[in-house]
Amino acid sequence: MKNSVQRLGNIAVVGLKAISRNKLRSFLTMLGMVIGVGCVIVVVAIGNGASQSIQSTINSLGTNFIMVFPGATTASGARIFTGNSTLTPEDGDAIRTEAPDVAYVSPQVRTAAQVIAGELNWGTSVVGVSTDYPMIRVWNVAQGDFFTDSDAKAAAKVAVLGATVSENLFPNGNAVGQTIRIKNVPFKVVGVLERKGGNMMGQDQDDTILAPYTTIMKRLSGKTRIDMLYVSARSADSVQAAMNEIDSILRQRHRIGPGQDADFQMRSQEEIAAASAQQMNTLKTLLLMVAAVSLIIGGIGIMNIMLVSVTERTREIGIRMAIGAKGRHVLIQFLFEAITISIVGGLIGVIGGVGFSRLVAVKAGWPIVVSVESILLAFGVAAFIGVFFGFYPARKASRLDPIDALRYE
Amino acid sequence: MVQPVIEIHDLTKVYQMGEVEVRALAGVNLIIDRGEFVAVMGPSGSGKSTLMNILGCLDRPTTGTYKLDGVDVSELNRDQRAVVRNAKIGFVFQSFNLLARTSAIENVELPLLYGETGWTRQERHAAARTALIRVGLAGREEHYPSQLSGGQQQRVAIARALVTDPAILLADEPTGNLDSRTSEEIMGIFQELNEAGKTVVLITHEPDIARHAKRIVHVRDGLIQEDERIQQYRVAKRGIPPPFAALAQETR
Repeated sequence: MKNSVQRLGNIAVVGLKAISRNKLRSFLTMLGMVIGVGCVIVVVAIGNGASQSIQSTINSLGTNFIMVFPGATTASGARIFTGNSTLTPEDGDAIRTEAPDVAYVSPQVRTAAQVIAGELNWGTSVVGVSTDYPMIRVWNVAQGDFFTDSDAKAAAKVAVLGATVSENLFPNGNAVGQTIRIKNVPFKVVGVLERKGGNMMGQDQDDTILAPYTTIMKRLSGKTRIDMLYVSARSADSVQAAMNEIDSILRQRHRIGPGQDADFQMRSQEEIAAASAQQMNTLKTLLLMVAAVSLIIGGIGIMNIMLVSVTERTREIGIRMAIGAKGRHVLIQFLFEAITISIVGGLIGVIGGVGFSRLVAVKAGWPIVVSVESILLAFGVAAFIGVFFGFYPARKASRLDPIDALRYE
Repeated sequence: MVQPVIEIHDLTKVYQMGEVEVRALAGVNLIIDRGEFVAVMGPSGSGKSTLMNILGCLDRPTTGTYKLDGVDVSELNRDQRAVVRNAKIGFVFQSFNLLARTSAIENVELPLLYGETGWTRQERHAAARTALIRVGLAGREEHYPSQLSGGQQQRVAIARALVTDPAILLADEPTGNLDSRTSEEIMGIFQELNEAGKTVVLITHEPDIARHAKRIVHVRDGLIQEDERIQQYRVAKRGIPPPFAALAQETR
């Protein structure tokens, strides 16, 4: 037993020596494995990073979040979105009071404006919301306070600045208490929001000014309809119930019978997340397939080289057999050589892949998540490929007839 | 009675070449005792290569028996024959058959890698070193075959054949690729080993080389035609310089 283990070790060393005797060729063969494994790791890292950042931006939208948009109106049989909103602030009030599974509701009206503060000015979007908005979006003020219900009732000229706007208009950071002019209407800054970052489309969510929707509608845009409603369900489990309640309340208020096309649409956070996750999965699968192909090509490279190597070393195999190597000794030698090439190649690929992922993260600023699973998977596949593609050439070598092999030129 | 090292009875070998049956050996009887130096001679096509393949356990006879060192090896399978080759036979080939890009000592160690007895690295090294000293190559352990002359390469091959202390040395045209002076040296080594008690079987077609043996077996048409004992065999000028010869004496 000890003897055969020792012999196995000796034969393994023979395989290793064959690799070191043909350094360039072994290296080139390894390169196939390096690229394949590296590819898998980088691709999975980029895919994971992208889907994680999308998930986190979706989460940054708020909690148990439902968006209600004005929808298609049926005008003379043609279903079109006319641009005229069907939603009113009263719809929001009704949902808030009547739907038991709804926790918060905020209308949203948006208008673009050039904002002036002293000598500085900044073009941004001014968004009218209610006092529920910070709760829905889980978005707190960093300085000062959010405006109050009485501000909203009175259509008071108060504003809360996004972090980007605050930086641009008040570089010294003393925004709270100052006055800004939006379309020549003076607003008092009561607070500055904490930083939220980019959204799914890459837009800066902090480049915004929040004000009471009543103020925006009366004093800036003159609109009587709102752009959309932000709703927050009481819990993650009650999102579906809340959506059903909203549907029936709005149908009743807009006098739309059941079965008829609604003049509004709803999207829950879950649906948005699921849709984007599905897109990400398609993308990830595609990338993984490309990476898998490169792994297989690497494996075929190993098989190719091992076959050449067996032919080239027929004489050597003959000598070894003549002096007492059994078929399986030759098999083990060549198999070990193939496995070593692919495992060492795999290791270099792992190191290279992780390194390259880091480089991409730093240089391109992409979110990169290198997962242990992808490393183990790529490495395991590399080892498997070594065995799989190394076995045929090794078996071919082990089946040679020593007489023919010795005579081979 | 001392058991002969090689005992062959009614050995035949028939190759099937498509439709045609080729009878390479047509009933060979041969007994070689321990310590003999036998040259097997014959023109090409005589069956001497086939005989050598069977003697070397590289091939199996079609019929007949072959006892090597008292063990019937005519019915062994591939793996069993590999074990016999490793333990009982030391091959020396015409074209040396050393592994390229492998040092002399590693070439000599090679048979020990596959042996049934486990050898440690140190033991392998020591055995290979001793074998190299025996063939007069002390100091050349780390040379690659490409750095050695033909004669030196053949000596490495002989050392490799010796390292497992086999029952027979089987040399197939060992001087075929060497000039006459180097051939003489190599034959000297074989004679010296034979004098030390090794059984040597030499396959050759050159009468000059065969004259170094103590017995010549002539093979023709798959049969042994003549079996002559040579009283006045040719003694080769010994190739091993005196200091190494003394060392070689010690290691026996």
